[in-house]
Order: sequence, then C-alpha cells, then structure tokens
Amino acid sequence: MYAVEMRGVTKRFHGTLANDYVNFFVKKGEIHSLLGENGAGKTTLMNILFGLYKADGGSIRIHEKETRIDSPLAAISQGIAMVHQHFMLVDTLSVAENIVLGHEPRKGVFFDREKAFEKITEIAEKYHFQIDAREKVGNLSVGVKQRVEILKALYHESSVLILDEPTAVLTPQEADDLFRVLRGLKADGRTIIIITHKLKETMAIADTITVLRKGRTIATLPAREVSEEKLAELMVGRLVSFSVDKKPLRDNRPVKMKLSHVTLQKGSKKALQDVSLTVRGGEILGIAGVEGNGQTELIEVLTGLCSRYKGTVTVGDRDVSRAGAKKLLNYVGHIPEDRGKRGYVKGYANWENMILGYHTRPDYITKAGILKTKAIQEVTRRGIEEYDIRTDGIDQTTDSLSGGNQQKLIVGRVLMHHTGIVLAAQPTRGVDIGAIEYIHTQLVRLRDEGAAVILISADLDEIVKLSDEIAVLYEGSIVARKPAADFTGRSIGAYMLGHTKDEEVQA
Amino acid sequence: MDFIVSLLAGTIRVTIPIAFAALAGVLSERSGVINMGLEGMMLMGSFFGVVGSYVTGNAWMGLAFAMVSGAVFGLIMAVFTISFKCEHMLAGVGINILASGLSIVLLQMIWGTKGKSGIVEGLGIISVPLLNKIPVIRELIGTVSPMFYILLLCVFLLWIVLYRTPVGLRVRVIGDNPFMAGSMGVKVYKYQYISLMAAGMLAAMGGAYLSIGDINMFSKDMVSGRGYIALSMVILGGWHPVSVAACGLIYGLAQSLQFRLQTVDIPPQLVQMLPYVITIFVLVFARNKSKAPAMEGVHYYQKGE
Amino acid sequence: MKALNRIKNQIMKSEVLLSLIALLLSLLVSSVVIVIAGYSPFEAYGAMLDGAFGSGYYLAQTVGTAIPLIFSGLAMAIAAKVGVFNIGIEGQMIIGALPAALVGTYVTGLPGWLHLPLCILAAAVCGGLWAAVVAVLKNRLRINEVILTIMMNYVAMYIVDYLVNYPFRAEGMIIRTEEIRPTAAMTTLVAHTRLYSGIFLAVGAAAVLWFVLKKTCFGYELRAVGSNPDAAEAAGINRKKYVLWAMLISGALAGVGGAGEVLGFYGYYISNMTSGYGFDGIAIATMGRGNPFGTTLAAFLFGVLRNGATGMNRSTSIPGEFIQVLQALVILFVSTPGIIRAVQKRVKRKKVKKEAA
Repeated sequence: MYAVEMRGVTKRFHGTLANDYVNFFVKKGEIHSLLGENGAGKTTLMNILFGLYKADGGSIRIHEKETRIDSPLAAISQGIAMVHQHFMLVDTLSVAENIVLGHEPRKGVFFDREKAFEKITEIAEKYHFQIDAREKVGNLSVGVKQRVEILKALYHESSVLILDEPTAVLTPQEADDLFRVLRGLKADGRTIIIITHKLKETMAIADTITVLRKGRTIATLPAREVSEEKLAELMVGRLVSFSVDKKPLRDNRPVKMKLSHVTLQKGSKKALQDVSLTVRGGEILGIAGVEGNGQTELIEVLTGLCSRYKGTVTVGDRDVSRAGAKKLLNYVGHIPEDRGKRGYVKGYANWENMILGYHTRPDYITKAGILKTKAIQEVTRRGIEEYDIRTDGIDQTTDSLSGGNQQKLIVGRVLMHHTGIVLAAQPTRGVDIGAIEYIHTQLVRLRDEGAAVILISADLDEIVKLSDEIAVLYEGSIVARKPAADFTGRSIGAYMLGHTKDEEVQA
Repeated sequence: MDFIVSLLAGTIRVTIPIAFAALAGVLSERSGVINMGLEGMMLMGSFFGVVGSYVTGNAWMGLAFAMVSGAVFGLIMAVFTISFKCEHMLAGVGINILASGLSIVLLQMIWGTKGKSGIVEGLGIISVPLLNKIPVIRELIGTVSPMFYILLLCVFLLWIVLYRTPVGLRVRVIGDNPFMAGSMGVKVYKYQYISLMAAGMLAAMGGAYLSIGDINMFSKDMVSGRGYIALSMVILGGWHPVSVAACGLIYGLAQSLQFRLQTVDIPPQLVQMLPYVITIFVLVFARNKSKAPAMEGVHYYQKGE
Repeated sequence: MKALNRIKNQIMKSEVLLSLIALLLSLLVSSVVIVIAGYSPFEAYGAMLDGAFGSGYYLAQTVGTAIPLIFSGLAMAIAAKVGVFNIGIEGQMIIGALPAALVGTYVTGLPGWLHLPLCILAAAVCGGLWAAVVAVLKNRLRINEVILTIMMNYVAMYIVDYLVNYPFRAEGMIIRTEEIRPTAAMTTLVAHTRLYSGIFLAVGAAAVLWFVLKKTCFGYELRAVGSNPDAAEAAGINRKKYVLWAMLISGALAGVGGAGEVLGFYGYYISNMTSGYGFDGIAIATMGRGNPFGTTLAAFLFGVLRNGATGMNRSTSIPGEFIQVLQALVILFVSTPGIIRAVQKRVKRKKVKKEAA
C-alpha cells in the first residue's frame, strides 16, 4: 500500500530540467529518505508534491487515488504537510496563530484566538511537545521552531509529512530528539519523507531510500541493504573520498592574528563576550556553534566590518582593532558566509567580481583612478582556469553561474589575493559535492602552504574533518577550545548546546 | 477661543482626506505592497467624484463613481506589482502620472477646459442630532461633512478586519512573509489583489472628499502631494489603522494653521510650505520603522513561476 | 552577413529591445484609449509626428526640449545607480535655476568665458547641496526617500516662489527675475527656438558620466554600492560616501539642467519654468535603463513626445496632456520585465515555428 506515488514527474526551469521523468514511491507508514546532492532536484520534486510548483508532466497518486495537486491548499486537504528548510514562520505572531493560519477557528466572522490557543495546547500535550501556544515565535530557539512546524502538520491531521533538510540547523543532540519525535509519528501510522544530502542521518532513521541525481531517479532501496559508501557513489555517480589528505602539522606555526577579550554589545544583549583567539599559520582553526551564537558578529570583527567592540584585534604585532574593513582586506581574506549577500555584486561580470575588494590595488587601477581593464580580465581568465570555474567566460554575469561556481569564484578571488590569513565562513553552503571536495582541498592546501585559516561552519562534519584546532561558540562566548583530536562530534554538540560541565559532555 | 475652535474644526476637515489615504496605505503595506500610487488613486477619486455627481446629479453617486475608479486603479497597481513584478515604487509613480494625465484629458473632453471642472452637487454637511446642540462640539463634529463619520466607520472596520478576523490575520502574514502564507495554502495573490482594490477605494474616498466633500468641483492636480504625506503618516502611526488615522491630525493641524496664518502679513509661500516641512520632520523623527511589514516591496512568486 | 546577424542577436538580447517593445506596447494601449475617447489614433500620432518633425523649426524645438530632459534623466539615472530613488529632480532643477539667474543678473563686469561658467557652477552647487540633504538623511536614518524628495519638491517650489515674488521680482506684470547680462547667456543655435548651446553640455555630460561609471574605480565602487550594498561594504567600500556623491552629482546635473533653461532660453527665472521636466526624468532614466547613452536617446524621444503634444494641441482637439498617459504607460511597461519577456518569448516561438515550417 503506497501513500505517495509520483510517476514520470518532469519540471523545467528556464529550459533546464530540474526533474526528468522522476518516479518516486513511498509506502504508507515508513520513513523514506529522498537523498541527493544540492541541485539534484529533491526539493523541486517535493515542492511539486506540496503544490508549490506545477509539474510540466507526470501524475501523482495519494493513498492509491489519482489526484491533482495544484496548490498547497489542495496538498493540505490531501493530508500532505511540509516542513521547509527555511522555516515558514512569522516571528511577530504567536505559536498558535502561526499554526492555524489558513484554517483558523472562527466565531461567526471573527477569528477565535482563544480556541486556537486551546487547540494547539491540546495537540502539543498529546505529543509531549513542551511549547507555549501563546509565546511569540520570535522568542523560540531553532529546535523549538521546528517543533512548531511539525505541529502545523499535526494540526492539519496530515498523514504524509515532508521535511526538507531537517537537521541542517540542529546539533547532534537536537537531531536525536527530532528522530525520536519522527519515530513516534511513524508509530502513529504517519508517513514521513525526509529530504537530505546527509548520509549518516539517512542511515540512522530511514526505512527506505530513494536517490536522485541530476533530476533523475537513480535507485530506490531498503536502508538495511546499503552502505554509506554505496549511497555516496549512487548520489554523486562516482567514488567519493571522505577524507582529505592533510600534511602533519608543522613545528613552526607563527601567530598570525590575535583576538584579545573582544566583547560586542548588540542591542541589549552581548553578541560576543570576552572572546580571545589565537590564529596560527599552517593551521586551520575551526569555529563550531549553532547558528546565531555570535558567528556573524565574529566574522564582522575579524573583517573589520564592525569596530564598535571592546578588546583588541592584532595582526602580527599591528593593532587593527579600529582599522575598518578596507584596511583589513589587506590582511584577512574573506570568504563570506552568505555569498549572495556579501560575496559578489549582482549584475557584475565575472571580471568585475573577480577583483571585488582588491580593486584598489595598483595592479588594477592607474594613479588617476581608471580601471586597468586588460590586466583585470587577464587575471580573471587565469582564475577561471586555475579554480575550475565553469562559465561562458569573463563577461558572463556572476549571478547567472551555479551556486558552486559562484562559490569557487569567491574562493578563487580570495586565494589569489590573500596575504597569509583567510577567513572561510560556511565555505561549502549550498554547493554540490564536487565543489565541496574542491574547496576543502584548496583550504587544506592553503594551510599546508603556511597560511592561517579560520573556518566558521554550521556543518559539524566539515569542522571535524578540516580543523586542527576547534573552538566552540555558544551565546557569544568561547566555551571550549582544544586540538581537534580531543573532541568527538558528540562532545562538540554538547558544547554547542551550552552544556559546559564536563560530566554532561561525557554523558 | 474662537480662533482655537475654528483651528480645530479646520484640523478635522483637512485630516479627513489624509486619514482615508493613510488607511489605504496601511492596508496596502500590510498586504506587502508599497503603494506610492495613493496620490493617483486619490486624484482619480476627486475627479470621478465630480464626474459622477455631474452625470447623475447626485453627490452620493459621485462617491460611488469615485470608489469604482479607485478600485480600478488599485487593480491596475495590483496587476503591475503583483502579477507582473514591477518595482513597487516605479509602478506607483507610473500610476500617479497616469492619473494626472487622464484627469486632464477627461476634463478637456467633458468640460472643455484644462484647469477646473464646473461646480457640481456636493455631499454637503450633516447636522447630527444632539451633537449639534452643544457649543464647540457642534463646530467640531456636530455639523460636519458626512465623510467624517464614514471615515470613523472605515477606521473601525479596518481595525476589526485586520486584527479580529481570519482574513486580517492572513493579510498581515502576507505582508510579513508571503512565502509562509503561501505554504499554508493561503491564496496570496487573491488577498493582495483584494487589499489593493479596497485600498484604492479608500484613497479615492479621500480624494472625493477634496472635491465633492469640500469645494464641489475638480481642479487640476488638486491632491498636491497628500498621497505621499499619507504614506509618511503610515510610517509615523506604525502601520496600525487607528494610530495612523490619528497621526493624520498632525498634518491636519499644520494645514489648518496654514489657512489661518494666510490672513496674517507673512508671505503666503512661506506659510504654504508648512505642511510639507512638517511632513519632513515627521519622516525624520518617526521612530517606528521596525514595525514595518517585514517583506513589503518583495515580489512573491506563486507556483514556481 | 554574419556580423549583421551578430548585431541582430545583440539587440534581441539587449535592453534596447526591451525598451522598444515597451514603447510599442505603450503606443498600442494609448491608441486604445484614444479610440475610446472618440478620436483617431492615426490623426493623433500624425499630429504628434508633425509637431515634432514637421519643419526645421519644429525639429530644432524638439532637440532643444531634449536639453533639460537629458539632464534630468541623467540626474535620475546616477541616483538610481547608487540605489536612491530621487524624484526630487523637479525641485533640484529650480533650486539650481534661480541662483544661476541671480548670478547672471547681479554679478557684473565679468567676461563671458568666466560669467557663464560661474552661473552654471552656482546652479550645480545649489542643486547638489539641496539633493545632498536627502543623502545625509538617508545615510543617518532609514528613511523613505520617495516621500522625502517629493516633500522637498514642494518646499523648493515655495522657497523659490517666495524669492521670485518678493526680493528678486522684476518690474512688470509677469512674475520673474530681471533679465540676465549678455555675458551670462548661452548661444541660441537656431533663432527663436529652444535649441541653445546647452545641448553640447548635455551630451558631453552623458559621455563623461558613461566614462566615469564604466571605466573608473569611482564608477566601479558606486555601481557596487547600488547593486549590492552589503558586498560593497565587505569589499571595503564606503557606502555612505557614495550615496552622498551620487546625490551631489544628481542634484548638480538637475540644477545645471534648470540653469540651462534660464541662461539659454528664457533669459530670466520665471515660475513653473521647469514644467515637469524633473518628473519626465523618471521615465527617461527608466527607459534608458540607467545607461547614460540610453538615457540621452530616451530624452530625445521624450522631446519628440513633448513637442508632439504641442502639435496635437495645435491641430487636433486631443489635449496634449494625453502624452502624460503615454509616459505613464512607458514607465509601467519598461519596469515590468514580466510583460516584456512574455512578448519576447512569443515572438521567438513564432520565429522558431516559421523556421521549422
């Protein structure tokens, strides 16, 4: 008995095939993992199932009945619910209001707020969620917000629940909690689809796995019968190396950059609290932490984008605390955490973006302030070749590249111009496995050549894999800082949640 | 004393059109559209109010004409901003130029002039029983344009709808996060279209007050920036219908003071500047900006367009 | 042939085509309005073309009208480049025009090569500073510049009106300033028309602006700020500085545009002199898609429309304000990629079908 049957589903975006005759079958009451790398078409497929996109071809059957799902409303009434990767919540409204939106309890023509509170409290209690229905969503932590999203599905009495990359923002402990909840829902008879590119969690929770690659269904198999290695190969289409080759740490690791007692007030709360860090050449310093615990502010301090902090930042023996972004670009190469925001200028050609931030160097402008277009274009051509950026050429606009190639351009730009220190923030977010491997190799090469690398990432695996030393950021403070070998993924997770006492970490 | 009473009575009168337009602004922005086109919608209201009254001989039919024209312009704004993803600011400016041009072309066709229409039947003044017996109150709200009471009704209704009904909840969520609303099965476009058309009607009612509620004729570009002023009141009032309408009184007071100062021996230009200068100060000192709908001006795409 | 094809492809892809399609659409919709209003579109557009090109005199008028329009279009474009929606150009024009007239009248004893530039400088400085107020407020507070600039238009209008009505009013019935000295005047190129030497200044300004935006570090940084302020900041670019500069330049251009009308056409400042040139700048820059040369071309087109309107007033009963309707439609259509792309797609599809057949 199938809960969901999607046959021959096809979807085109501006001429490219996002889903190419995809078949996807989910049995009732199972946890089914839809596995594939970024851009494989997983989210597109699920957005079609949820009525957010209209397929160009194919058919859908829900609970053995042919149906047309042309809007989320239709999907909801078919018993399908979706928890999006970027939560669909309004911070200024209460938990209950967020959940009942679209199907509000009424009293006459009016919205019955009290009834909404009652009902949500009732459902939350039934499933042992500790949530106050009246609380404003803006005050909740990420893990709890996800619970609110799941409550939406329960409120609609959905039988099929789709979760898009549900653990992307969670610590290992929170992920465990989530999996417990999901197993409970499964026991309740509900069908669960998890969109993910993470192999570990697929192995941990899924009953059945469907692998998508480049918009096509590659395989559907029971989880018991496959290994992680096999899945990775199916996903990428070739053998993937999980490890990176790092040379042993060299003995001579000079201090390149130092933060001493940096405290940053943001509004009424301290975004950074007495942060001290030493960054050495030939070493990758990983900064772990749940997002929103001061990473963005730390980046702004390290790059000089913010200088309203107490404490000092030195590069070598130079105090750069008040130097500002422009000066610091000469010291710290910056791979920004959100490439669309700080990484490139929309509408600029590749050659224009290739020098962004370094455009005032005498290589690129004359004394009169005129751009040396020829020299810049030459550098760009070299960069495109050297960093394997797939593009139509130097004149193509960067915003029309794929995410992976945009990121490679940014990484290339920084590596071509860096002066010994590189800050890499979320360097592989939203890029495909090929680009991830490539970027990781480049960062390690940088380290081997003696540069200092600061790696800030929400991806715990990435931190563990690359770092020589790891510092954990929690509510703006460094709560742990040790050589990477002294941590396990689990112990970092505990620190990330603020369990700083050793026994809790052990447990 | 007389001076103060007449000043306040004047304040109420000139606040009426601004408050209507400000309500329209609240509704549009709550549904996620920055409505720079209020100016044009008001102008259409002024013009078609007169046309309706001229054609039918009944000022109330004039008001109905005005509302229809406002709804049509709201619809045009919706088509361009929502369906065709035109930048909201530009769409608004386009709407305003369109309204200005259209009103003069039609003025020429109907009255054969480019400046002013003829005098038409106006909405007049109503005298409210009881209230018209009490001194001071009588001057302020006892004998006023019926549009004043319609305004109060609209403020109340908009408040009720936005904060006490499912529809209002949906509209507010759309302004804050249309993607969330869409994911919950709310038909985002539908609510945005309806909101903009209703906003057009409200703005047009404000415009109609200027013509058939006050001087009983239309004159070229008679709205003179009130639509934009209303938008600044929306910001000052924090996107809430009641406080926004109340903020309109600030402008009303400035304008009313201006009329009364014109009799004093100060160059009229310097006095006429007053409401605009005050609006600039309002913009500079309004500290409410964080209450703005989080995603106003953002284009929302339905169904993988 | 190959080269021709390449050029054709370039146009097919480019923004030029989008603007042209938008213009055609606007003309089309306008004809519908004309028909509904009971006139003949052929008569209307015929009168328009005649009014714009019908004789050497009309042609000179058309080109002359483009002068202030180029300035206002460029003013709009440069502000838009840095992300400021400056609809205060109308006000900036008159705030610049009056000082030009005053310097032209009351500063005496200077040779022409010094007097005229001094007048233009006065206009640029005053217009620029007036616009810079917007930049300062926008930099310090998150402020809606559209409302602000509109309000400043009214304030500018009343201030200048006051000055022309009282301290600087010339003798006589008409409300205007005294005649400027001959040393301050620009040369009229075609007698009794609006076409004066300011046209060279306008086109020159467009060329300089293009060079600065495209080829210099200043332009590179300025465009970065407008297109992605966060990335610009991360690249060490001072956002506020560029907002200020762009508004200074924008206001200066507007001011010079207003001054040109005083120094080249009227010979004195007179109320309502700018008659909406500033607002036309919005449509012009939109249509020129922020490119200085495109903007210049669009300004000529609007010169055609304006004189066409005069032609319509002259020889038909269709009010010339009809042009405003057309202009509004141009703004709406040009800034609506959705419609244009749909039309383009349809054309392409037809072509594909044709080729297949």
